[in-house]
Amino acid sequence: MILKKSRNLVSRIKKYFQVKMHLPISDKIELNILHQNSHQAEKNKVKFNNFNLLCLNIMSSPGAGKTRLLEITLEDLSKKFQSAVLEGDMTTNLDAARLEKLNIPVVPITTGRACHLDANMVSGGLKLLEKKINPDLLDILLVENVGNLVCPAEFEIGEHFKIALLSITEGEDKPLKYPIMFREADLILITKVDLLPHLNFDINELKSNIASTNPKADVIEISSITKSGFDLWQDWISKKILKFKNN
Amino acid sequence: MHEVDMTKCLILSIEEWAEKKNKKKIVVEKINLKIGEFTCVEPISLINTFNAAVLGSWLDSSEIKIETIPFEGKCSKCNRLYFPKKENGYKSPCCNFNLEEIISGRELKIASIDFKEK
Repeated sequence: MILKKSRNLVSRIKKYFQVKMHLPISDKIELNILHQNSHQAEKNKVKFNNFNLLCLNIMSSPGAGKTRLLEITLEDLSKKFQSAVLEGDMTTNLDAARLEKLNIPVVPITTGRACHLDANMVSGGLKLLEKKINPDLLDILLVENVGNLVCPAEFEIGEHFKIALLSITEGEDKPLKYPIMFREADLILITKVDLLPHLNFDINELKSNIASTNPKADVIEISSITKSGFDLWQDWISKKILKFKNN
Repeated sequence: MHEVDMTKCLILSIEEWAEKKNKKKIVVEKINLKIGEFTCVEPISLINTFNAAVLGSWLDSSEIKIETIPFEGKCSKCNRLYFPKKENGYKSPCCNFNLEEIISGRELKIASIDFKEK
């Protein structure tokens, strides 16, 4: 007690002289640089939870097959679960227009110069979605992030799970080259596996690189052409929705 | 490019902190950051972006100081600490085990702010 009091006194005297002599004062903060984004992401998550709405953040490099994956997935998924999409794109609404054909609520988020979605953008997208449908009626919100293997990995949006896609045409080494994205993912979908017979590609090496970077991630091989792996992916989503709803 | 958005978040946090200190009565000299090696941040880009963003603002005279925190993992077999290398697939050199536990290197922190009272 006495020690604590004397420490406080020393600290106050030190500060007094620092101010008087215009010496710099160091204020310990220990705050996350992305605190402003994380704070909004937490608010988004609370909203999702209040709506009883599972949110998935779907990320990959451009052209890995996110939009095609959603088109095929939602054809079946929307028969069982009320689904909606927030569609992130840098400059166009092309992907959103494709998904709107499935007659589900889709909100495009055009990011302009930003190469990822952040929590504020998703919050804005959610407000627009609320004008289209009462979110209490929804079971799942799929957020298609901007195609990029770097930036989206560091920006939380309030999602419950992160899904990373990796197409086999990108090469076996990508989990090692972009480790944060694949480390953060809860599920990694290896896409375009129908091309395997035509490529000099070692899928076991890719899986080994995924395991090195993120041994805890679930991994599913999938093809939007042959539809192989879609049963496992649909099953993964259904289980997550049901578990979320039962909690 | 994400350094621009990180800088925005950083400046907002500094603004929030400064409002509590009475912003008009202080001059920020140095913002001390801790950036882990296992993050998507390029320190030089963050410094350049910050310097460009605060030009002509009340933070114009402040500077960013970055302490790099090493990327360190723990071998899940023998509990030894090691520095994961991508050339080795981030595996532990002792037991060749996959990287399960990260001890440090994911930091993106404002450690402290050095300021003077006017």
